[in-house]
Amino acid sequence: MTVLAAAPSWSGRQLSGNWDVVWFYVQQHTRYTIIAVVLGFALALPASYLAVRRPAVYPVLLALTNIIYAIPALALFVLLSPWLGFTNDKPIVVAMTLYTLVILVRNLVEGIRAVPEPVLRAADGMGYRPLRRFLGVELPLALPGIVAGLRLATVSTVSLISVGAVVGRGGLGRMFADGYERRINIELWAALGATMVLALILDLIVYAAGRQATPWTRRVRGAVL
Amino acid sequence: MIEIDHVSKLFGTNGDRTVAVDDLTLSVEQGEVVALVGSSGSGKTTTLRMINRLIEPSTGTITIEGKDVSTLPAHELRRGIGYVIQQSGLFPHRTVLANVATVPRLLGWDKGKATARAKEMLDLVGLDQSFAERYPAQLSGGQQQRVGVARALAADPPVLLMDEPFGAVDPIVRAQLQREFAKLQRDLGKTVVFVTHDVDEAIVLGDRIAVLETGGRLAQLDTPAEILAHPASDFVADFLGGRTVEYVDGKPVGYRIEGRFEPGEPEPDAAASEDVPVDGERA
Repeated sequence: MTVLAAAPSWSGRQLSGNWDVVWFYVQQHTRYTIIAVVLGFALALPASYLAVRRPAVYPVLLALTNIIYAIPALALFVLLSPWLGFTNDKPIVVAMTLYTLVILVRNLVEGIRAVPEPVLRAADGMGYRPLRRFLGVELPLALPGIVAGLRLATVSTVSLISVGAVVGRGGLGRMFADGYERRINIELWAALGATMVLALILDLIVYAAGRQATPWTRRVRGAVL
Repeated sequence: MIEIDHVSKLFGTNGDRTVAVDDLTLSVEQGEVVALVGSSGSGKTTTLRMINRLIEPSTGTITIEGKDVSTLPAHELRRGIGYVIQQSGLFPHRTVLANVATVPRLLGWDKGKATARAKEMLDLVGLDQSFAERYPAQLSGGQQQRVGVARALAADPPVLLMDEPFGAVDPIVRAQLQREFAKLQRDLGKTVVFVTHDVDEAIVLGDRIAVLETGGRLAQLDTPAEILAHPASDFVADFLGGRTVEYVDGKPVGYRIEGRFEPGEPEPDAAASEDVPVDGERA
């Protein structure tokens, strides 16, 4: 991950000539977001498998993700930094990863639980084993809910990352901090615009990927027989 | 051949126990269709699901071809048994072809071979190949059930378990599916356990009928003609309703069900209907 020293800094009070700054932080912001959401999903997946197979685990898991979410971002950065280092990106990425869990675990579990019982019974009756059933039947059928969760997690991560600016990281959030300190309004506006455009684009990408992955949800009954 | 030997199933804990199946002994011969009928709570579905171990019996043993089902890993056992259920249980996210290829794929067949088999299966159940790439939601209820039957037969299992397979479709389609299944069964000769709450369906499709009463007791097990002619108890007689046997020259040729004639006995010369295939070859 990029060391902050390499970051270009805003010069002057206009946008022109500063696109490299915007582009640099957009890349960083995107990287943080993607890593956090992917890691969060990778953690949520086994957690949700456990919650579906062992229903007693689910409320505990929900409470846990809620509590993590309730930790203020700043406090979490501060708590994580001594472990993960003060000068790299790890604390912010890890914090963002943990925050995605509150959305992803819930959406995964609810999505999987909504898979119709006859489908599961048929799967069992044909000789599916538990893990293969999870990966081959339950997970794909839960995709609409999972994609909804991924979109929400992505957009909320894009928004949350900016807080990291306070501790010297935070992607586009750095531009908020810098623009505020140096009273450069245009830098604030540029960061805000870039954040929103980024959120929109990433959301669109996840949406499109989800659509691509769920062709059966779009084909309805045609005039047959 | 399936042998159910003194099988009972109790649900619940000590304080609050319900008997779903009560000391059931029943065998299904090679190539035979045994219809389990009974009202809800008679344990017919529980019985069926104990055969492929979706439910484990409390006591007793079940053997298929002489092999105790509890000695096999459940998933292996199930891959060797065709299973059709009421709501078809098709995978909504897979095409018709992929659905039908499910068990062959689970058995480790390569994709080409499994797909080729799935295509044959569509022909077998009378579905046009144009349905192959459709998703289940694009099919009618009757077509979905055909796919369900095709899927159950794809790996050519000797045993077929059917849990009200035609229960969710309208009466006209149901009658059509019943006829086609009867025809199919004559060619394939599977050993079939068929659960239904529809007495007419049991009479049309069953070589023998097992009437179960509430509490999971076997009230009578016999051929449709015998059961109609000699119901073993008032319960069985009530359950059969207004159905009687029709005789020609002292031989049963079919049934009169609320005034309507249903040929159902293997007597080719006596059967007049074109719709219902009747033959003398059934086991």
